[in-house]
Amino acid sequence: MTQEEIIERINAFLVDEFEVDADKIVPTSNLRETLELDSLDYVDLVVIIESNFGFKVVAEDFINIHTFQDFYDYVNRKVAEKATA
Amino acid sequence: MHNRVVITGLGIWSCLGKNLEEVKDSLYAGKSGIGMDMERKEWGYRSGLTGIVQRPELKGILDRRARVGLSEEAEYAYMATLEAMKNAKMDMSWVEKNEVGILYGNDSSAKAVSEAIDTIRIKKDTTLLGSGSIFQSMNCTVTMNLSTIFKLKGVNFTISAACASGSHAIGLGYLMIKWGLQKHIICGGAQEVNPFAFGSFDGLSAFSVRENDPARASRPFDKDRDGLIPSGGAATVIIESYESAMERGAPILAEIVGYGFSSNGEHISNSSVDGQIRSLNMALKDAGIDAAAIDYINAHATSTPGGDFAEAQAIDAVFGESKPMVSSTKSMTGHECWMAGASEIVYSTLMMQNNFVAPNINFENPDEASAKLNIVSKTTEKNIDVFLSNSFGFGGTNSSLIIKKIK
Repeated sequence: MTQEEIIERINAFLVDEFEVDADKIVPTSNLRETLELDSLDYVDLVVIIESNFGFKVVAEDFINIHTFQDFYDYVNRKVAEKATA
Repeated sequence: MHNRVVITGLGIWSCLGKNLEEVKDSLYAGKSGIGMDMERKEWGYRSGLTGIVQRPELKGILDRRARVGLSEEAEYAYMATLEAMKNAKMDMSWVEKNEVGILYGNDSSAKAVSEAIDTIRIKKDTTLLGSGSIFQSMNCTVTMNLSTIFKLKGVNFTISAACASGSHAIGLGYLMIKWGLQKHIICGGAQEVNPFAFGSFDGLSAFSVRENDPARASRPFDKDRDGLIPSGGAATVIIESYESAMERGAPILAEIVGYGFSSNGEHISNSSVDGQIRSLNMALKDAGIDAAAIDYINAHATSTPGGDFAEAQAIDAVFGESKPMVSSTKSMTGHECWMAGASEIVYSTLMMQNNFVAPNINFENPDEASAKLNIVSKTTEKNIDVFLSNSFGFGGTNSSLIIKKIK
């Protein structure tokens, strides 16, 4: 899966499942504030990442994810690690 | 001094229709809502017969946070409640400023529970259940979700009483308002419709196996009945004190005048004529009326051989002299279980408002007990001033409600 495909898939579920306006998804924007995430939403984000990319996010991983770009980079890194494992 | 308790809003989502108008037309036409679910046959069910209930599409109506917590039956309950609040003239700004309660009947959320357990077994990880699973899985899924969505501030709990759940929910709401503890309560009953919910019931051979003729399979009181057909959806009945309804200019649809209840104290699944008679007499006593004042009885009769036989005897024992019209709308809907006690108040109130008695379809030949009743097998034009609705459940829980026209 290419980085572009990963970004495309993430943006698709953010629009479909989290009902975010597509034009609000900007790489430099703050993920948590844009998605208005509460503690319950984080659980659903873990579920949707697992079903789309096959790995489980642990809570500590979210600490360093601030922007959409951070999120894309994180998923990209985890997918790459999984492919080489 | 007791308050008078009136019905100001009704809402329905069932196999007879997705709103009051559709349901009224189905009742008048004597239309069956029964069909086949082939998935149940693949699962090893004896009977694939079921009420056919459409799932509502809530995307675009409710936001994601509200939707993920809704079980199937809570979705139905949301739609029924939306309709009831609209016709009760309860808008959100009014609800937020007043103490409105919710008492809803529900006694399972089997699909949500089963799917969650499956996920844990497969994934070995509870986080992957997602955030909504717990709010879908508990028996109080309807009241916990709707109280949040509609920002309710009054009484808030679920009544689990098997197939009398919906009726007891209305009965308890009636008592709370009568005694001045609450002014406005959203009452009702909900029932999931899926293969997870009914397997154990099917296993008791309680269901009709007349699969080659679904519309004729539910035949309460008929000599050739061979079992019930599971069904579901949700029904909402908004009740409030007469004074409150007058104050806010709400439409007053009918008055609840009697609630009777009892426990058989006998077998866990067999009906008891004595237990039912006690419930009927308590309701009449509470209403302060004679048996002869009842114009119509919406029977519990589910189309099981033993259950209908017992109820026919109980009705005859109490109403044998006046012989009011009797029908079981379950002949069209199947058995809506936890929802039935509430939906049958909606169905009967629609009949009262529109001056007809809906037919007990498929009633062709009586048995020894039902021959003594005045069973209506064809739609009949009739002014109904007072009706009674019976609901009985496993464990011997009985409930009878009496509703009167407001003049």
